[in-house]
Amino acid sequence: MLAVVATPTTTWYLLLAALLFSIGVVGVLVRRNPLVMFMCIELMLNAVNLSFVALAKKLGDIGGQTTVFFVMVVAAAEVVVGLGIIVSILRRRPTATADDIAELKG
Amino acid sequence: MIAAGTFNPPSIDWFALSPLLVLLGGGLVLLVAAALTPQWPKHLYAWSTVAIGLAALATTFVQWHDISKDGAKTLVGGALSYDHLALFGTITICIGLCLAALVTDDFLRREGMEGPEVYGLFLMAAVGAVVMVMSNDLIVLFLGLETLSIALYVLAASNRRRVESQEAGIKYFVLGGFSSAFFLYGIALIYGATGSTNFTTILAAFDSVPVHRRDAFALVGVGLMLVGLGFKVSAAPFHFWSPDVYQGAPTPITAFMASVGKTAAFAAMLRVLIIALPNWKDDWRPVIWVIAVLTLLVGSISAVVQTNVKRMLAYSSISHAGFILLGVEAAGHAGASGAGGMPGTMMYLMIYSVLVIGTFAVVTVVGRTGDAATDLGSFRGLSKQQPLLAMALTVFLLAQAGVPLTSGFIAKVGVIKAVVDEHSYALAIIAMVSAVIAAFLYLRIMVNVWLADPETGDDTREPVRVPLSTGIAIALCAGFTLYVGFNPGWLIDASDMVTNVARPLTGG
Repeated sequence: MLAVVATPTTTWYLLLAALLFSIGVVGVLVRRNPLVMFMCIELMLNAVNLSFVALAKKLGDIGGQTTVFFVMVVAAAEVVVGLGIIVSILRRRPTATADDIAELKG
Repeated sequence: MIAAGTFNPPSIDWFALSPLLVLLGGGLVLLVAAALTPQWPKHLYAWSTVAIGLAALATTFVQWHDISKDGAKTLVGGALSYDHLALFGTITICIGLCLAALVTDDFLRREGMEGPEVYGLFLMAAVGAVVMVMSNDLIVLFLGLETLSIALYVLAASNRRRVESQEAGIKYFVLGGFSSAFFLYGIALIYGATGSTNFTTILAAFDSVPVHRRDAFALVGVGLMLVGLGFKVSAAPFHFWSPDVYQGAPTPITAFMASVGKTAAFAAMLRVLIIALPNWKDDWRPVIWVIAVLTLLVGSISAVVQTNVKRMLAYSSISHAGFILLGVEAAGHAGASGAGGMPGTMMYLMIYSVLVIGTFAVVTVVGRTGDAATDLGSFRGLSKQQPLLAMALTVFLLAQAGVPLTSGFIAKVGVIKAVVDEHSYALAIIAMVSAVIAAFLYLRIMVNVWLADPETGDDTREPVRVPLSTGIAIALCAGFTLYVGFNPGWLIDASDMVTNVARPLTGG
């Protein structure tokens, strides 16, 4: 059995959050399915939530943890609206990817 | 800092919150009442919205005197601020709301979409916008931003019959959510650096936090917040969404977005940069400088090559955002007092809001049934069909170009004077050059309106009709534009008071 080499510190969580956020950013930029792009935005928001919790623990301040609830409510509201818009587009064009939705350009 | 286990409920000053409560209550009552009753007679939805907007406006005027007398302060445990900056923004938002509702009235009937939903969303968006201009806490600002944005996503996609509207909705939604996430990450890092999301505490924390935390976290945080705010105000290089969304969204919605959305985002930018982060001004001011220059040039140069008037106006709106950023940059020089730049910025926002609604009201009317005739050709020979409408459009375009004796001139002078006072001569010169380039675009529309003959085959086209409510809105906008152009003193005096903001330094 290996001894535990290190206990996770705040930095670990912040780095993990930064990594998750970056995965989300890259996802939005490279994926073409509107639903997946949308999931990547949710991933970005949740990465921020993780940073908030880690920082709140570090600072010994409860403000950062309560913030997470607000962010979750906002994310839920975004899901409702976003899925509504996505469904209304996909109903018209069932196979649409982000590249197909390109009536507007110039 | 809040220790776990103790909770002292903040005292709530209901009077100070009244514009917010009027808009929120009015919006909810309108939606519920309209859902429970059969279709209301025509004009009634729009005029109820206008009445709610005017009621909120009336309370702001009472509050304006109240603050002049008793001074600015913060509300609800420091979450919101009650000062002239907030009120000036609220007044602009209420004016934008009323004018946009008037334009929307006839538009919805023409498109066969009459109903209360759009007005309910307008009011909810206005609530979000007012929260943004009043915010004294980053999380409150974020909530206001999301309330505004989520309502705008739905509004942009509200014309279910046009695929362009849906496309605008989804583009706005994805990019808006993307930018909100950046903004939120910025908030998290600022929280990490200063231990608070409250503007007053962030301002005070500059001297007390350890330098290593201040530098690493705060600088990245400021940068991410600038990205998020840059998206919202459609500043280059974060402007890509705005031409598509402005073109695709129903025209009156575009007017609402360009006025209320921009006002709220810029007021929030002032609050974050000048009130919360003035101590980092040496770091963010050069960034604003670069963004302002890019925005001015990209906006005015790309506008010239467009053939769709809504798209042209979208790029022109980007170039206006560049001018407004001049005011932010000038305010940055002065730091915590934000002396010269803040009045110029807020005045520009009010003047531009009225102008842009007037312009898009004319575009709504010319768009005809289907909201699709917005290419430059549709404006040919407008002066022969509708001389008064053509004159109103000319007033708006001249004002957007910044011609003297219109409100646009006063606005541009305000921000350019502010940067010149701070010795940013290069920025002032770039702004003026870009104004000259942008003037070409406005002239191009005017030439089509006045000098070109109607397109051949135009007889089959539906004639341009100006319905009552839209006519009233256009007349009000044109009247305001000319009145401020001839008699700007009162507006300049009023906007000079916005430097009186709620914070401990000025006794708030």
